[in-house]
Amino acid sequence: MIDLQLAAAEVFMVCAICVVLLVDVWLPDERRLLTFRLALLSLVGAAVCSAYYLPNGSVTAFSESFVTDPASAVMKIFAYLIVGLVFIYSRDFLMRAGLFKGEFFILALFALLGIMVMLSAHSMLTMYLGLELLALSQYALVAFDRDSPIAAESAMKYFVLGAIASGTLLYGISFIYGVTGTIQLGAIAAHFSQPGAITVPALLGLAFIIVGVAFKFGAVPFHMWLPDVYQGSSTPVTLFIGSVPKIAAFALAWRILSESLGDMHGSWQTMLAVLCVLSLVIGNIVAIAQSNIKRMLAYSTISHVGFIFMGFIAGTEDGLQAAMFYTLVYTLMAAAAFGMVILLSRSGFDAENLDDFKGLNARSPWFAFVMLMVMFSMAGVPPFVGFYAKLVVLGSVLDAGLIWLAITGVLLAVIGAFYYLRVVWFMYFVDPVDDSPLDAALDFRVVISANGLGLLALGLFPGVLLDLCARVIG
Amino acid sequence: MITISHYLVLAAVLFSISVAGIFINRKNVILLLMCIELMLLAVNFNFIAFSRMLDDTLGQIFVFFILTVAAAEAAIGLAILVVLFRARQSVNVEELNSLKG
Repeated sequence: MIDLQLAAAEVFMVCAICVVLLVDVWLPDERRLLTFRLALLSLVGAAVCSAYYLPNGSVTAFSESFVTDPASAVMKIFAYLIVGLVFIYSRDFLMRAGLFKGEFFILALFALLGIMVMLSAHSMLTMYLGLELLALSQYALVAFDRDSPIAAESAMKYFVLGAIASGTLLYGISFIYGVTGTIQLGAIAAHFSQPGAITVPALLGLAFIIVGVAFKFGAVPFHMWLPDVYQGSSTPVTLFIGSVPKIAAFALAWRILSESLGDMHGSWQTMLAVLCVLSLVIGNIVAIAQSNIKRMLAYSTISHVGFIFMGFIAGTEDGLQAAMFYTLVYTLMAAAAFGMVILLSRSGFDAENLDDFKGLNARSPWFAFVMLMVMFSMAGVPPFVGFYAKLVVLGSVLDAGLIWLAITGVLLAVIGAFYYLRVVWFMYFVDPVDDSPLDAALDFRVVISANGLGLLALGLFPGVLLDLCARVIG
Repeated sequence: MITISHYLVLAAVLFSISVAGIFINRKNVILLLMCIELMLLAVNFNFIAFSRMLDDTLGQIFVFFILTVAAAEAAIGLAILVVLFRARQSVNVEELNSLKG
């Protein structure tokens, strides 16, 4: 296959974004739905490209700075799916809030393009460019609601901390370049596989890279931006930022830590283990104290990041598969959870507080049940898929002989179950504050129900996704 | 004789100044943006020094990309600053405290 075919999905996405942008400029406001439809169509097109131009095994392109392999293709297709969910959930909310502008869709598609580039990165430069494309689009998305003072504040915080993260990551990359003389991930891996290659400058670079990765994941102690950004942005933007970019963070850790610096695993294992335990502790305990559901979900994200790190800490092929499985499952759960927050919001009113979930069962038994499935899945209650995600990562650290880490994970998951189950308690056993029935478009209802039932179906047949992960990665 | 370590120390000093500037500064958001630029320039210094040491152009090419991205980043940062000023009538870092929990 020629290089451009290997990057077909990315090339298609660039062209599609340009088309959407041009069409959107000429559209009058009342026909803005066309932008929405075109954005969904470009996701479908990109999925077709990713699936059609899928090589057997891993093939590099563009002087080995780009790679296409089944694992990246699977994750890309998953990312298209989640972005599609984000668009469908956001449409009505944006219309009611007067924010139904083409920019939302265009920025989200650019961010998606950044994620695609990161998934296929095979050199530090490609990885950096993908990362910045994602990050810059996200800063703009957070500031998208221009008239909201808290959106502007959270965008500023996100921008400053995100820029520090990129700077730190680059500083680390510069040391790795200085030590190895190359920025290609494969060549870096080859360099470090020689005996005696792990020197002090290499370790210094590694430490800075870990800080950058932790910032992008939102792991404690580099998590400060996460709750503020989740709370400050309008809910559709939170929905976007809370779901798909986790795939990008996984790609960053996977390509850089596991693939190119895999031979330094002994050095980064301890660093990641510290971040992992801190994330589990702070994420699960601080989430209990939150009364704002977006902030609560932000701390819940932090604790899930701890679990994703466990897969990397194990350092085995199984661990990597478990981390990939966890990441994909997490994006599905996060999309459903924020989708429910959007469902409860009405014009001029953001359902941001836990109180808004009170008595949901009396207002709409079916959506209360969907939320119950999402919360049970996040808490890790069988038979929902969140349980298997936790099971496989814990299994991988046990296999790696880190029994203390597995025990910490289980204990904190139990503590964490409290705040998820509190939402369920509010929905079923507390009287509603507001009795008005939920109104949502038919497609929204169908898609969010499918999303919630998907968590149950994947939980009943976890082998489908687990086998897929096992087949493509490692 | 100026060796590679001199360049690296200078870059490390610039990097530290920028990090300190971001965390100590409590007055003006524009200073934060300047510190971020300084941080990227420190990284560029590192790349150029290594590129010279290794006699390899990759590092210099990387620097061009970093400079370009830094320009885009500054544009977005200033745009957010304008939005922030319109919403708050102030660019004081200490007043960025309405989100807590």
